[in-house]
Amino acid sequence: MQLTVWTYEGPPHVGAMRIATAMTGVHYVLHAPQGDTYADLLFTMIERRDARPPVTYTSFQARDLGTDTADLFKRAAREAFERFRPEAMLVGSSCTAELIQDDPGGLARALDLPVPVVALELPAYQRKENWGAAETLYHLVRACAPAPDAVDKPADGVPRCNLLGATALGFRHRDDVREIERLVKQLGVQVNVIAPLGARPTDLARIPAADFNVVLYPEIAGTTAKWLERAYGQPATTVVPIGVGATEAFVDEVAALAGVDPKAARADGTARLPWYSRSVDSTYLTGKRVFVFGDATHAVAAARVARDEFAFEVVGLGTYAREQAREVRAAAKEMGLEALVTDDYLDVERQIADLQPELVLGTQMERHVAKRLGIPCAVISAPVHVQDFPARYAPQMGFEGANVLFDTWVHPLMMGLEEHLLTMFREDFEFHDDAGASHLAKSRSAGATADAPSAAGEDAVVAVAAAPEGDPLWSDDAEKELKKIPFFVRPKARRNAERYAAERGVATITVETLYDAKAHYGR
Amino acid sequence: MTAVATRTGDPATCDAPEIRVERGQREVFCGLTGIIWLHRKIQDAFFLVVGSRTCAHLMQSAAGVMIFAEPRFATAIMEERDLAGMADQNEELDRIVERLLERRPDIKLLFLVGSCPSEIIKLDLSRAAERLSTRHLPDVRVLNYSGSGIETTFTQGEDRCLAALVPEMPAARDDVPRLLVAGALADVVEDQLLRTFEALGLGPVDVLPPRRAGALPPVGRNTRVLLAQPFLAETARALERRGARHLPAPFPVGVEGTRGWLEAAAAAFGIAAERVAAVTESGRARAATALAHYRDELAGKRVFFFPDSQLELPLARFLARELGMIPVEVGTPYLHRGHLADELALLPRETVLVEGQDVDRQLERCRAAAPDLVVCGLGLANPLEAEGVTTKWSIELLFTPLQGFEQAGDLAELFARPLRRRARLKV
Ligand code: SF4
Ligand code: SF4
Repeated sequence: MQLTVWTYEGPPHVGAMRIATAMTGVHYVLHAPQGDTYADLLFTMIERRDARPPVTYTSFQARDLGTDTADLFKRAAREAFERFRPEAMLVGSSCTAELIQDDPGGLARALDLPVPVVALELPAYQRKENWGAAETLYHLVRACAPAPDAVDKPADGVPRCNLLGATALGFRHRDDVREIERLVKQLGVQVNVIAPLGARPTDLARIPAADFNVVLYPEIAGTTAKWLERAYGQPATTVVPIGVGATEAFVDEVAALAGVDPKAARADGTARLPWYSRSVDSTYLTGKRVFVFGDATHAVAAARVARDEFAFEVVGLGTYAREQAREVRAAAKEMGLEALVTDDYLDVERQIADLQPELVLGTQMERHVAKRLGIPCAVISAPVHVQDFPARYAPQMGFEGANVLFDTWVHPLMMGLEEHLLTMFREDFEFHDDAGASHLAKSRSAGATADAPSAAGEDAVVAVAAAPEGDPLWSDDAEKELKKIPFFVRPKARRNAERYAAERGVATITVETLYDAKAHYGR
Repeated sequence: MTAVATRTGDPATCDAPEIRVERGQREVFCGLTGIIWLHRKIQDAFFLVVGSRTCAHLMQSAAGVMIFAEPRFATAIMEERDLAGMADQNEELDRIVERLLERRPDIKLLFLVGSCPSEIIKLDLSRAAERLSTRHLPDVRVLNYSGSGIETTFTQGEDRCLAALVPEMPAARDDVPRLLVAGALADVVEDQLLRTFEALGLGPVDVLPPRRAGALPPVGRNTRVLLAQPFLAETARALERRGARHLPAPFPVGVEGTRGWLEAAAAAFGIAAERVAAVTESGRARAATALAHYRDELAGKRVFFFPDSQLELPLARFLARELGMIPVEVGTPYLHRGHLADELALLPRETVLVEGQDVDRQLERCRAAAPDLVVCGLGLANPLEAEGVTTKWSIELLFTPLQGFEQAGDLAELFARPLRRRARLKV
């Protein structure tokens, strides 16, 4: 058993739902109790989808157990087919149905439906959402694709690729697909099929007709792409185009696979990040300490972009995706760090509290943690919430995606000149602690109120747990001096002084100790 | 996959609308969801769900962004090792509880909450609770109940939780008649209603659940139970087993319901209805003023309820009788005919009442009925809005203080706002 407060990923059948919901003409019959229907709201509320996910839940109850749950499943599957007339059907069990072993696959086969029926085996007690999505896509593509000798490749000499991996509920998938499609087209490469987002089962059948695959999200499309490579000899891209550097490398990779000149896309001209990062206004970003956490793809990409394209200092890097941990460990090692691989959000919270970064790039969990700790944060990866599905076009990938990264990562930070003014005029009554960045006034005060009750209540426990034993005391003068330090660096100054004092056995922190510590830890 | 049966109403309420029973795909939360408000209500209790990743995911999805602080609930997620017998589940559970209590020394009451998976594998949480109680008392009491989706629907989780508290309630020692108000209410509502009882000279009055686990009220032969929520079948039964008597009443929703509810208590304590009328006069007058603002907006509008919280009947009755709305179909996941007898009698005769659900058929009926407003869960609201149907999400009705005279206007506002919004939007 694993003690869990918040989870980064849902169960694997939610991954299957992300595939089914992304597509048209697919229906998923899920053997599950009524409560599992909560998953619909992920799509209708968080992603604001305007239609119900194409899922039928059998809704079995205790009184059905041992009598007719199998029958219930068959009836539900038949009725769902008749009502929705899908072109392909997925059937499977949720965690509870897995335990009653009704074999939805066998039951559905017995119905002899006139469409492909894919039986999903998604072990709910071992695997999670992304794995479930990857498996579902793979089995669905296999079920729809023709035999290798029956593939109908156009002989017009135009290079073709598929864009694989975008799902429902994916972080910015909607916009990434559009951006990458634009980029690939600039190279004269035709997009054959985009899947699963917006595809029908008949589109999946056309996948093998392309020359190669673009794997947008390896977590989801990796398994499928590997199989397509084996079965149809279709190579796949390996670079995920997040950030300017990665996008350029991606363009080169695609151009090489397509046998075309990368120049057209490289000279795209829409990337503003390079100039924005070079402009003097951004000097203050230099060496900002950032903590990065997310799924493997986004975490690794964000860490590289943070280091190479913002000149930040990455002080922590981690992922909740154990399946892709190796990649994250390697990236962390390259940055002289040890990766944090955990799906326990309390571990992540502890590390953020210990590292006291100046910016957190994480998921919505880290947003909550950062808010509590008063650290600026931007979201870079699923799991996300409703505000991470913006109305405007906001990809993460490609050149426009890099522009979006620049805006969203810099936005929560104090602006350059503002930071200096605060330091110079820290006694100014309007620069009081809760003033915050002027363009963020509202959210800052909301943060302050959210912190206030928690300091006394819920979070006291966390705070107590984090505080080392035998803390040195603060002299009144030192406390006063500390207050003159701008609030956004104060926690760090406090922590440094305490660590400095503790390490040297200093019982009382004086103004002297404060400046000693500043000199000791100064950059 | 529907089995629609038609039953005649209770003989006592033979004038009441017919109740149709429907079976099929449901679109309702399971009982675990109650933890989201219960963990805020009982401030030193912790809820440990023993379940799967699905259960944990349900909890955080239903809680959404409402919770910023570390919540007083968590899930012990069962893994392959637990199911394959490679790990002793009881030892695992003990280890997790140990770790939890170490982290949270403020916890005085721990609920082990059963889920579908824990019930299917027959993990005996009542024995585990006993064992853990023995180990951790007097610091922490450990109780258990089921919030599983195969046993409970949404608000029935609260029912099971409160029922689990009943055996722990001390025996009332004296012969003084006591009133026990059962059902979690928003603190502000609870305080208002308690003040009204005080003004009536009615007392002593206790509440279940209490705000602190150590303050469980006494119960005995002289206890009269007034239900504040319509979904407390098990709790009422458990209280009756301890000698308490249930007071039939409507639910305190709207002016009429609140008045009837107060009068039922008053009558049991020998207080005349005239006294109730006098004491509540100003409250009723304020509610009437507040409701008058909404009558024009809402009267004649047709409303359709999808089953959700079991509050559907009292709400439909309020909308029909105090605001002139027309309930077309009122779906409810489960209907306790005894506890809801007064409500059934007050509902318009022609209202279609449906107990249970087959969501696809219900959607068909809803589209055919073309109501002005649909009350439904979060999974259905946006898809219906996209079809041009105005909706009110029902979960808000559980998280908003709505009982009592002072809240009647707020309650009307919840139904009026979606309609007003649609009328205002020009996009
Ligand atoms: S329905 Fe059952 S398995 Fe699903 S979340 Fe509720 S308790 Fe867990
Ligand atoms: S937020 Fe306002 S005050 Fe601060 S730097 Fe920007 S423009 Fe200037």
